[in-house]
Amino acid sequence: MTTMTSRMPIAHALNLGLRHAMEADEKVMLIGEDIGQLGGVFRVTDGLQKTFGDHRVVDSPLGEAGIVGSAIGLAMAGYRPVCEIQFDGFVFPAMNQIITQLAKYRHRSEGAVTLPVVIRIPVGGGIGAIEHHSESPEAYFAHTAGLKVVSPSNPQDAYDMMKLAIRSNDPVIFLEPKRNYWLKGDVSTSTTTPSDLDRAVTVRKGTDLTLVTYGALVPVAMKAADVCQEEGRNIDVIDLRSLSPIDDKAVVASVQRTGRLVVAHEASRSVGLGAELAARVQDEAFYSLISPVIRVTGYDTPYPASRLEEEWLPGLDRILDGIDRSFTY
Amino acid sequence: MNDEPISLLNAGGSFTSSPELPFETDSTDVLALYNDMLMARTVDTEAIALQRQGELGLWPSMLGQEAAQIGAAHALLPRDIVFPTYREHGVAWCRGVDPVDLLGLFRGTTLGGWNPTENNFNLYTLVIGAQTLHAVGYAMGILRDGDVGTGDPDRDRAVLVFLGDGALSEGETNEAFVWAAAQHLPVVFFCQNNQWAISAPYSVQSRVSVAQRAQGYGFKGVRVDGNDVFACLAATREALAAARAGQGPTLIEALTYRRNPHTTSDDDGRYRTLAENDAWAALDPIDRLRTYLQSTGLLNDANVEDISRRGKALAEHLRSGCRALPVPGHASPFQNTYAELPDELERQMNEHLEFVEAAE
Repeated sequence: MTTMTSRMPIAHALNLGLRHAMEADEKVMLIGEDIGQLGGVFRVTDGLQKTFGDHRVVDSPLGEAGIVGSAIGLAMAGYRPVCEIQFDGFVFPAMNQIITQLAKYRHRSEGAVTLPVVIRIPVGGGIGAIEHHSESPEAYFAHTAGLKVVSPSNPQDAYDMMKLAIRSNDPVIFLEPKRNYWLKGDVSTSTTTPSDLDRAVTVRKGTDLTLVTYGALVPVAMKAADVCQEEGRNIDVIDLRSLSPIDDKAVVASVQRTGRLVVAHEASRSVGLGAELAARVQDEAFYSLISPVIRVTGYDTPYPASRLEEEWLPGLDRILDGIDRSFTY
Repeated sequence: MNDEPISLLNAGGSFTSSPELPFETDSTDVLALYNDMLMARTVDTEAIALQRQGELGLWPSMLGQEAAQIGAAHALLPRDIVFPTYREHGVAWCRGVDPVDLLGLFRGTTLGGWNPTENNFNLYTLVIGAQTLHAVGYAMGILRDGDVGTGDPDRDRAVLVFLGDGALSEGETNEAFVWAAAQHLPVVFFCQNNQWAISAPYSVQSRVSVAQRAQGYGFKGVRVDGNDVFACLAATREALAAARAGQGPTLIEALTYRRNPHTTSDDDGRYRTLAENDAWAALDPIDRLRTYLQSTGLLNDANVEDISRRGKALAEHLRSGCRALPVPGHASPFQNTYAELPDELERQMNEHLEFVEAAE
């Protein structure tokens, strides 16, 4: 495989990551609803069935438990299946297989059986969709021992993290920021080691406040940091990338420098990633904190009807408001 | 549709061939079937006693289901793979799993108990029906490996998955049937219809027999007398051979009866009658095979003595082995949760170990 760099959207970077993983290892296969001929409803698997055949890119019957349950069996037989769940709100029929079976089997077998299964899920709102198509279920998975949970925010990470997730010997829940599928960026297919799957990345250096987020909110956080810059506030922006395990060292180190932390996510506030980060930061950096940890999040309600989602979602203004609250405490 | 269970060895112990299910007693090691059924019953009896003595927290008894399990297991080749529920103690025995290892899960010394890759016998599955989908996935793997329908008797393999009548009502079992049928997978679904899902009788699950359901999915359903080891063996042999040959899945219904409560914690007196139980005790699978062996002269003083001696040794092995099962180490819950211990989990493990050490 030759190294190349080109500009492409996240959806194409994911596609390329899948393609290269399938070229590198014939045991890698894809399974999901409408992923073959149609290329998936978001076209992430476009063209892969044509290249690799219907034995490696499997159009499944409609059954999410079946997708994950059969992936478990395939992994037991030595394959590395990558499942596609069509939308965030449709993963719940598969939760039994994910939580009671997939997450636990390595532990139950004392390491004799590994289940290298990747479950790709388009997540999040902001696309004007009907119900069940805009949810952020990451906390359910991050709360489950045995699962890794990751979410790329840009095309380069989408490509690198897809390959790393497929190479992982632990099951990985791979959350794709669906509203940014068509966000473009440079992607290098360089074989040099990309950032580890479970490491956070500082995407903007700053000294005055730490802003942590992931997935679709990373570009919004960057805009917020731009606005703050004009006001003379230097924001340190961290893209968490891995939601389980959490790279709290990166967050704690940043807060020890800035003394302030704002966490933003689309998912509901209570018992979410923000709460976990707040707990870890007060544990490790209590005396560094100048102000309380602020969470800018979706609310503890069902995801609203789409005409309301713009105000419900933590957008630029709500993140800036959270930053203001931290500075004016 | 004739829904009478196929029977080859009746309750009186006499063998009658059936055009529906070819079976030759001459080419079968009937004594080995008898031995394994008795060993399975020994495991079950000893485990119940160990539970009564407080050595096990719980035990799901298989009393009365020996013919179904030993018959099905004897149809397997070593390279076939088994996905069990949590009651397949007889199948585990035939696959070569040390019966002491079955006890760990119920003694609380492990969440598994054996290496599933050693005997092609997967871990027990407590969530009803979940294993049917794993079987389907594994069968997809076998198909992709090219180990189906080659005609090479040393290569073709299949999947045998066990389920109970209760699992027929689970959504995941429905998905497993749909996938297996549509993809023509090398998988055999072996349903021990023991007629009770804890307190729910089969009538709560369905208006038709288990075997009849297969038709709706588009594969073969076979209904056999589950207390007849010949019928169970013959039906599973035929189904596995078809699966290995690339002829798709089969659903076997072995009509039997769970003569003990669901587990040692259950009280079946609250939902069924002793008379019903007595009627099934009269259909005991081991008694009828013994009668058959006696009538054919296959059982003699020497092999009766031999089996009895083996049973006693197995019982002693279970009693001493159970008490000797190691209590897992303080760090063990943290191990193998992930391939590599994450930082936060390492912190929690160290916190726990320091706490335990200080308390000791």
